[in-house]
Amino acid sequence: MATSKFFCMGPVGYRNVAKLLGGELASWAQFENSSEIGVFSKLTNSYCLVAIGGAENFYSTFEAELSDYIPVVKASIAGTRVIGRMCVGNKKGLLLPNSTTDQELLHLRNSLPDSVVVQRIDERLSALGNCVTCNDYVALIHTDLDKETEELIADVLGVEVFRQTIAGNILVGSYSVFSNRGGLVHPHTSIEDLDELSSLLQVPLVAGTVNRGSEVVGAGLVVNDWAAFTGIDTTATELSVIESVFKLREAQPSAIVNEMRASLIDSMT
Amino acid sequence: MGDGMAVADMFTVNHTVGRVLCCMCGVSMTPNAANMCVACLRSQVDITEELQKHVTILYCPECERYLQPPRTWVKAQLESKELLTFCIKRLKNLQKVRLVDAGFIWTEPHSKRLKVKLKIQKEVVNGAILEQGYVVEYTVDDHMCDKCTRIAANPDQWIAKVQLRQKVDHKRTFFFLEQLIIKHQASAQCINIKQMHDGVDFYFSNRSHAIKLVDFLNNVVPIKFRNDKQLVSHDTHSNTYNYKFTFSVEICPICREDLICLPQKVAASLGNLGPLVLCMRVSNNLLLLDPNTLRYAYHDSNQYWRVPYKALLTYKQLIEYVVLDVEAEPAVTVAGMRFSMAHVQVARVVDFGKNDNIFNVRTHLGHLLNPGDHALGYHLFGANTNDMELDKYKGLDLPEVVLVKKSYEETRQRRRGRSRPWKLKSLAMDVDPAAATKQEEQKRAVEYEKFLEELEEDPEMRSKIALYKDPNYVPGSETASMVDGEQPPSVPLDELLMDLRLEADSRADSEEDVDMDEDYLQTFSGTVLSFWSCRIRIHATEAGRGRCGLATG
Repeated sequence: MATSKFFCMGPVGYRNVAKLLGGELASWAQFENSSEIGVFSKLTNSYCLVAIGGAENFYSTFEAELSDYIPVVKASIAGTRVIGRMCVGNKKGLLLPNSTTDQELLHLRNSLPDSVVVQRIDERLSALGNCVTCNDYVALIHTDLDKETEELIADVLGVEVFRQTIAGNILVGSYSVFSNRGGLVHPHTSIEDLDELSSLLQVPLVAGTVNRGSEVVGAGLVVNDWAAFTGIDTTATELSVIESVFKLREAQPSAIVNEMRASLIDSMT
Repeated sequence: MGDGMAVADMFTVNHTVGRVLCCMCGVSMTPNAANMCVACLRSQVDITEELQKHVTILYCPECERYLQPPRTWVKAQLESKELLTFCIKRLKNLQKVRLVDAGFIWTEPHSKRLKVKLKIQKEVVNGAILEQGYVVEYTVDDHMCDKCTRIAANPDQWIAKVQLRQKVDHKRTFFFLEQLIIKHQASAQCINIKQMHDGVDFYFSNRSHAIKLVDFLNNVVPIKFRNDKQLVSHDTHSNTYNYKFTFSVEICPICREDLICLPQKVAASLGNLGPLVLCMRVSNNLLLLDPNTLRYAYHDSNQYWRVPYKALLTYKQLIEYVVLDVEAEPAVTVAGMRFSMAHVQVARVVDFGKNDNIFNVRTHLGHLLNPGDHALGYHLFGANTNDMELDKYKGLDLPEVVLVKKSYEETRQRRRGRSRPWKLKSLAMDVDPAAATKQEEQKRAVEYEKFLEELEEDPEMRSKIALYKDPNYVPGSETASMVDGEQPPSVPLDELLMDLRLEADSRADSEEDVDMDEDYLQTFSGTVLSFWSCRIRIHATEAGRGRCGLATG
């Protein structure tokens, strides 16, 4: 794996080329030999959370891309490093599980911009990252989540909440990732489901994989409106799918875009 | 409206499976457990990694068998099911994967290579099951198996020998035994048969085969036997001994139609059975009949060999008599045969016209004889017997003539030289060259002819052996020449078996037998012959004979 670590540095050069072209691209990263980036980090339009420990390499990958625009904060939740799966947030707010310590809560409140509301919630299903997935307007939640939690989510994050399943899985946070511009879901999602979700979320969706055929796209990918990070095992094909669905490569049309179904446009609330 | 049925129908959502891109090559495909297209998956994972692709197998060119270690040799034809099973068994590690399909790929027969294409399934990452086909190449090496090596080293080598002897000067028993052995296939496993003076030797490659033959003989003729073994070699390290086994079998010298004078002890033990008895039947025991009293006794081989006795007069000493007068009593059934006591007046054929030697005797053949018939019997009046047992009896009143059976000699004369409609099979025997003199051969020929005549006379003997239809027989002008009513006994046609031949032209023969009935086919060759019978009848139906369907049976 040592050679591939160096390979990880390759995209930095790639990024420079892309910057010339005016678009940000997806980058590869690796946390302690694991490609599951989405477990150890959380990316939104207004901040980025990164887990502590591990090589500085991981941190610097994010920093290099994002620190010009948004704060990149090192944090832990409940003493663990799996922060990506424990919390959920968008540019308006951040929700933390009840196992978060007061110290961590305080640290986060201090590091994040004032516009972001940081709230700790009492929920039996404490891995919020697995149970909830959202962008700045819409959220999908686990079917068994409490009513109060649902209301809190709608309140703090300012989103419309829908209870849904993805390809028969209730862990919507693990099997789907979406931003304001597009979304990637579990590869086994049927076409009808895809259409339904797309109309709910009002963004184009595509079923695909990440990290060399892994179905857990939520754990393998973090994305916001202009940047994406995936694990190092992601193949070029997967990367091109990600780049096209999240519209990270506006200047260059690709063949995949033509294959995507047009999303239904509902009335905006 | 009012349809409760429509309401009860569940509303189910249609789930169309979408397509994703293969994560490696980007080709559009339906999602699977690995989310890679099959080609990429194959290039990533090779499930045939640990499996053998080249195997060597050993083949014996003499007996066409393949070695399955450590010691079994399996017979198989090229491209047969057995060979495929054998080849697959020789592959190691095949238990780890699931075998779905296997088949041969054609190779030149003499290229000494076999190619087998196997299709296997194995689970790879994420629970996806990958199916892959691959080819295994077998190199066939020549290697003589132990048996062939032994045979090649010494072709006459045998392990067990059965020496069958009968101390008489005729071969009737051996002719009959030959037919019995053929019918029951008791000598199927012998490697060699040699004809010796006084008997036959059977050679086997296995002691148990020899024992099987001895058991068979024990059931059909009265014998005594002993077995011996001779050490051939001894392996000191593994403590194995190689022997040659010999079974010495002696058949009791009493034959049918022999006149016997029983020793005093034996006669007493059988309830004073008159010392002169006739032997009526020989199977695994002897049936002795007293012709004066119509009493009979069975003597099995153990009892015989305890106090063995010889025949007083044998069938070679039978003389032909003319029956002049018969006074018969009503017939009785004794031991399954019919007899009736009678007083007859007989004269020898040689005496008939010439002098007046007439004998008044009692006989048990009253039901068969009519005045003017010919009969065969023993001439005790003029016989010179050198029997110790007879001398021991004091005051024994010997009859002058003992009649044994009716003679068909006259009528046979007319038919002599004509062929019979049936024939017998024979065993392939090596004849001892020293004993094969011209005289011997003539003697044998005469005896064989007599044996065939005996078969014609005795239906019970016929029932034990198999007679075959002679395809070369031409019915000839027999009916024309049979003017007189009396015909010599002959074998009824419906007892004959069709000799089973598997060439195509034999069907032409069988067509003319279409008229023959079901009982034509006895159970000797069981199912194969009945298959033939079906073919015959179908052919008949197709020829438009008007019968519909298959006759049952």
